[in-house]
Amino acid sequence: MVDEKIKAEVRNLNFYYGSVKALKDINLNIAEKKVTALIGPSGCGKTTYLRCFNRMHDLYPNNRYEGEIILHPDALNIAGPDIDPIEVRMRISMVFQRPNPFPKTIYENVAYGPRVRGIRRRSELDERVEKSLRGAAIWEEAKDRLHDLAFNLSGGQQQRLCIARALATDPEILLFDEPTSALDPIATAKIEELILELKKEVTILIVTHNMQQAARVSDYTAFMYIGELIEFDKTEKVFTVPSHKLTEDYITGRFG
Amino acid sequence: MPSNKANNKYSGRSRLRRVREFIIESVLFLAALSSVATTFAIVSILVIESIPFFRHVPLLDFLTDAQWTPLFDDAHYGIMPLMAGTLVTTAVALLVAIPLGTIIAIYLCEFAPHRVREIIKPFLELLGAVPTVVFGYFALIFVTPVLQKLIPALPGFNMLSAGLVMGIMIVPYIASVSEDAMHAVPKHILEGSYAMGATRFQTAVRVIIPSAFSGIAAAYILGISRAVGETMIVAIAAGQQPNLTLNPMEPAATISAYIVQVSLGDLPHGSIGYQTIFVAGLSLMLITLIFNIVGYFLAKRFREVY
Repeated sequence: MVDEKIKAEVRNLNFYYGSVKALKDINLNIAEKKVTALIGPSGCGKTTYLRCFNRMHDLYPNNRYEGEIILHPDALNIAGPDIDPIEVRMRISMVFQRPNPFPKTIYENVAYGPRVRGIRRRSELDERVEKSLRGAAIWEEAKDRLHDLAFNLSGGQQQRLCIARALATDPEILLFDEPTSALDPIATAKIEELILELKKEVTILIVTHNMQQAARVSDYTAFMYIGELIEFDKTEKVFTVPSHKLTEDYITGRFG
Repeated sequence: MPSNKANNKYSGRSRLRRVREFIIESVLFLAALSSVATTFAIVSILVIESIPFFRHVPLLDFLTDAQWTPLFDDAHYGIMPLMAGTLVTTAVALLVAIPLGTIIAIYLCEFAPHRVREIIKPFLELLGAVPTVVFGYFALIFVTPVLQKLIPALPGFNMLSAGLVMGIMIVPYIASVSEDAMHAVPKHILEGSYAMGATRFQTAVRVIIPSAFSGIAAAYILGISRAVGETMIVAIAAGQQPNLTLNPMEPAATISAYIVQVSLGDLPHGSIGYQTIFVAGLSLMLITLIFNIVGYFLAKRFREVY
């Protein structure tokens, strides 16, 4: 990672659900405008880890962070207790496991982020909506039905709409939590293509249980196991010459 | 043959099972039927007893006459004064109950820490369990004197005080039914909103309320029905004189207050005065029905499906 610009540094991050320690001393650098994949068997803490980046855990009581996630360029510790989670979510957006559009029109779904940021001018909203829908490769399918309900879209389209919704907030980092696990192979291929396109503009962190997907879309791969980071390296190295026995066992399908 | 024997054994068991299922199903069906049958019985009695009334009083007089004095020598049978009383007290009640109930629901659903919620909910339920006759005296001997300090000209019986207290009585219904509807909005949709940087209030107003709108509308309709049919509070605190006015600061009788007043007296069966009870009851039921239908279509129109 010598030649990469660092977007976020994770230092000694621990996370607790009440008294249960779910993440143990994670250290990891996220490269700017690259795709970093988080893989590992179910329950290894990869989603928990992802949700630290936009402080989703703060929505529920008794969750606690320890350690730091330093967000550059301003070196802000976004896991710090005195940081307003909403400020963090203003900069880091998220796409969920299952498409979760709001029960609103396509337009209003995408305009949601800008609206909660206080943007009211119609022309500016229009512009942002179009730009985001284009960015998420769904403009052509949606432009004639912007005022239809989002639920009338197919699952894959809904997920791209959710990506557009996230893009409309101009995120510095985009978090993907197994974004294709509810989609068919064709819709999955479209999302993967889109991720490769998006990394030109934005830093991406993706949780996936699909190792082929990690291999196809990511530049870096982190392998996690029971709350610990076992291995983190360039994706091609992790998948060809993993340095840990556990990683090798997992990617060759011996467990997980 | 052994195989035949086995068949008989199985068919015997399956017949028994079928009979048992049939009995269970019939019992369940009769239970469901009883509610339908009761409704039909009530409606048909109201209609049957009202028919002779309308033979005596033209429908037009009933709807347009500005006086309701069925027991006077110079009898008038205009439903408007009672209707006005009902609508004014209902409106005052809803002006209190809908905002307050909705705000409480939003607070309980999105803002209240678990412990606060666990304290507030039983109190709300307790409020819903207070007998309405108690609310009525509360309005008459506590709320009215307080209001009279603010508005010296307020008469001892008035619709304002009755409506306000009726609103407080309805708050628990609206709050708890709306809260259930808001609580049913899927968590992943809420998380989507928070992930876009929305605050709790923005999420409540922009996502939860629109998503739960049909449930919230159901809560409002329930509240309206309660207010329209409420009897004791208005009978005690609003006075029992039919009075065609839309001013809540005046005393007036509502339809329900009239019914309770007249049915306590001894009107001869079959007299026109006796029939007015059923006509009033029918009118009351029609108002509730209209509100229900309007509410149903509104909810359908504005619903945001998830």
